[in-house]
Amino acid sequence: MATPYLTHPARIVARRTETAGIYTFTTRFVDPAARAAFRFRAGQFNMIYAFGVGEVPISIVSDPEDPATLEHTIRIAGRVTGVMAKWDVGDVVGVRGPYGNGWPVERARGRDVVIVTGGLGCAPVVGLINYIFRRRDQYGDLHILHGVKTPNDLLYRERFDQWRREPRTRVYLTTDHPDKSWHYRIGVVTELFDELAAPASAIAMMCGPEAMMRLAAHALRAKGIADDAMFMSLERRMECAVGMCGHCQYRENFVCKDGPVFSWRAVKELTRVSGL
Amino acid sequence: MNEATRMPKAALDNLIAILGREGYRVMGPVARDGTVAFDEIRSAADLPVGIRDAQEAGRYRLAPGIDGEIFGVVNGAGSLKPHFFAPAEPLLEIRRERRGFKANEIASAAPPHAFIGVRACDLAALAIQDRIFLHDRFRDAHYELRRKDAFFVAVDCTRSAPTCFCVSMKTGPRATAGFDLALTELPGGFVARPGSPAGEAMIVKLGLSAAGGADEAAARALIDECARGMGRRMDTADLPRLLYDEAENPRWREVAARCLSCANCTMVCPTCFCHTVIDQTEIDGNMSRRVRKWDSCFSLEHAHIHGINLRPKIHDRYRQWLTHKLASWIDQFGSSGCVGCGRCITWCPAGIDLTEEVAAIRASAGKG
Amino acid sequence: MKPRVAVFKFASCDGCQLQFLNAGDELLKLAGQADIVYFPEARGRALAGPYDLAFVEGSVTTPADARRIIEVREESRYLVTIGACAAAGGIQALRNWADIEQYRRAVYPSPEFISTLSTSTPISEHVRVDFEIWGCPIDKTQLLAVTRSLLFGAQPVLPGHSVCIECKRSGNACVIVTRGEPCLGPVTRAGCGALCPAMNRGCYGCFGPADAHNMESFAALLADQGVRGDDAMRRLRGINGYVRPWRESADALAAKK
Repeated sequence: MATPYLTHPARIVARRTETAGIYTFTTRFVDPAARAAFRFRAGQFNMIYAFGVGEVPISIVSDPEDPATLEHTIRIAGRVTGVMAKWDVGDVVGVRGPYGNGWPVERARGRDVVIVTGGLGCAPVVGLINYIFRRRDQYGDLHILHGVKTPNDLLYRERFDQWRREPRTRVYLTTDHPDKSWHYRIGVVTELFDELAAPASAIAMMCGPEAMMRLAAHALRAKGIADDAMFMSLERRMECAVGMCGHCQYRENFVCKDGPVFSWRAVKELTRVSGL
Repeated sequence: MNEATRMPKAALDNLIAILGREGYRVMGPVARDGTVAFDEIRSAADLPVGIRDAQEAGRYRLAPGIDGEIFGVVNGAGSLKPHFFAPAEPLLEIRRERRGFKANEIASAAPPHAFIGVRACDLAALAIQDRIFLHDRFRDAHYELRRKDAFFVAVDCTRSAPTCFCVSMKTGPRATAGFDLALTELPGGFVARPGSPAGEAMIVKLGLSAAGGADEAAARALIDECARGMGRRMDTADLPRLLYDEAENPRWREVAARCLSCANCTMVCPTCFCHTVIDQTEIDGNMSRRVRKWDSCFSLEHAHIHGINLRPKIHDRYRQWLTHKLASWIDQFGSSGCVGCGRCITWCPAGIDLTEEVAAIRASAGKG
Repeated sequence: MKPRVAVFKFASCDGCQLQFLNAGDELLKLAGQADIVYFPEARGRALAGPYDLAFVEGSVTTPADARRIIEVREESRYLVTIGACAAAGGIQALRNWADIEQYRRAVYPSPEFISTLSTSTPISEHVRVDFEIWGCPIDKTQLLAVTRSLLFGAQPVLPGHSVCIECKRSGNACVIVTRGEPCLGPVTRAGCGALCPAMNRGCYGCFGPADAHNMESFAALLADQGVRGDDAMRRLRGINGYVRPWRESADALAAKK
């Protein structure tokens, strides 16, 4: 009988800088038994521990079919991730998981997928997009919509350009405040939906600021996509990830175990009230 | 198995002695610093004999009660909670090694505990905590270790505090589940009934004989009288919907003007389970303990995520607490998170009464 | 290379610096992790900056100190204040409501030699502060936790919640509820381990205001307890009296009188 808080040492075997302040670490469990037992679904997350400093929830961006090594993309935002910025190959970190429900990739099979992101890039959807590309024939058209305040906020620019060259894939980018380098659309993210050519049978998955996702949900609804076919990844304070510590509650939901991915139908009413 | 027996008051010492011999650490309500809390007892003389409590919103006093009455104090700030879900406890010890570190669970090695004088509401609260720490998707090893071997001697309430409302929450005043032995205190002795095979065996060890019909009737009458006389009520009808629909009722701001956001209500609540885990690291950086501590949704850190606070105002936090306790808890765990023990009312320095708040929200519902 | 640590003293009683010495074995272990290059309380020789980590005790009460704190800041990569004086101005900030000239003449036989400011102000009113450790004195465990966190390269963190949370975790009986004792616990930052309530006394507010506090409701509570306005004002205008929420609350009570 072990405490659910037990963390497992994992060694960093690769480090990649995505952009300033965003790094992807590839880890391998030190204990072969932990490695063999680890299975996860697309969109699940792990609690990553920095020795003596603390734990943070980080989504797994690598493919579930390669569970021997795990990839986590970390954006430096707080005290624990601040320490993670200094991590390098050979360092040992703590990993426990996987937690959360993940993206509805099974339900999306055979359908067009609309992916909406905003703000400073969103690691969970990068994992999702890669997942779909590895199983390209199982999914319909892929529509990737991304809005940023200023062109400088567009991280992964090369990646968007690369995605746009993939078959049956459309990338829609927009910014509120363009500069000379910007050759995509200008305007708020919701205006992108005017161009979106996705059927009402499509399934939508979103990640980003909640206000943006709320607006996107209304725009998608206008395209005929049902409330229970739209999914959004929510961010709350998650300390235990096992539904015990109480921090991530969003009314009746524990975001850590009932989410972090919720259907718009499940949270629509909640988003109308601030401070829940 | 429900046969009631008669237990002389003097047999309580015998019960304590037997439990002690069987390896239990025997706990009972002990008066200290003007209230009672579960603490180790050696004999019935350690219990608050002849003392009663006087409780109201924001006020608690102990005063002389009735001579020879053993369980005259209804409750104090301390419930069973700290004895199972510890206020502060190390969970892991993580040692740095040449290449990396090793994490080891810290197992607590306390003897099993026997609790004497547990009220029905507190047993109901423990069952609610079980739901979180034992019967959800993950089990908490530290909680389970203390929980699995504990022995409970319940005491039916024959008197309520003015802050009690267990009748509304359907948890008391009679103990109905979760005990090994239950006692009803009569002026001349106890009526004892078993609630488990261990309790039945204890009745045999104590050599108790069947109670007469008159004793049983007298016990029933006292408990019924206590239920009827309970002054405080909470109308629980359709509570989740009411609180969800009234999330923007102006009453939240009115109560927030009085709320100190000090978190006392959540600390004394026997079901509140929020906690945080922090690193306590040796200064040389070679060993770190991951220590769990009680936390509260009234603290500002509780809903903080890098740079944003999701519940920045006191009315956000009070609403979170009350709505969780009385409404979303039902969605999450299949029962209310409130057992009607009244501790949050008594131990709120500002004297905020949740039953009054619910009534006010109900009265003004739909008018916002 | 080991980080260079310095401890500076401004207007204070040295009680917070003493917490380093009280750390005993812990301090010796720290000496293995860091070079303590300036610490007048513990070593005679002072080494010049720059410093990786500066601890600053005390408030600014003289023109010379107002200049010196700027120099300390310029020499220090990370600046942590220790104690109520540095974070809030300390008990000596009582002068902020009084006539300093009168004090100077009353206290010193030759007041002409005393060069002082009319106020005692927290370090953060003079320079950028990276982290504040509250308390009078600070808590040794908190001091070590902050130091350890910085040695790991992590921004320190300490609880900002009320003393009540610590008090209840310790199983103390609430002195407000059981005895009607005035207690600053509900509006005070945790850190002391609820020392006074554990001794059956009300909290004096040594750790300053909790992150979440409701001073209006707290003032009403004191009034309900029968604490007169001027008494309530003095309770708030103590060790941390100059810190904003308590200053404003005490000033409001004074104005009412």
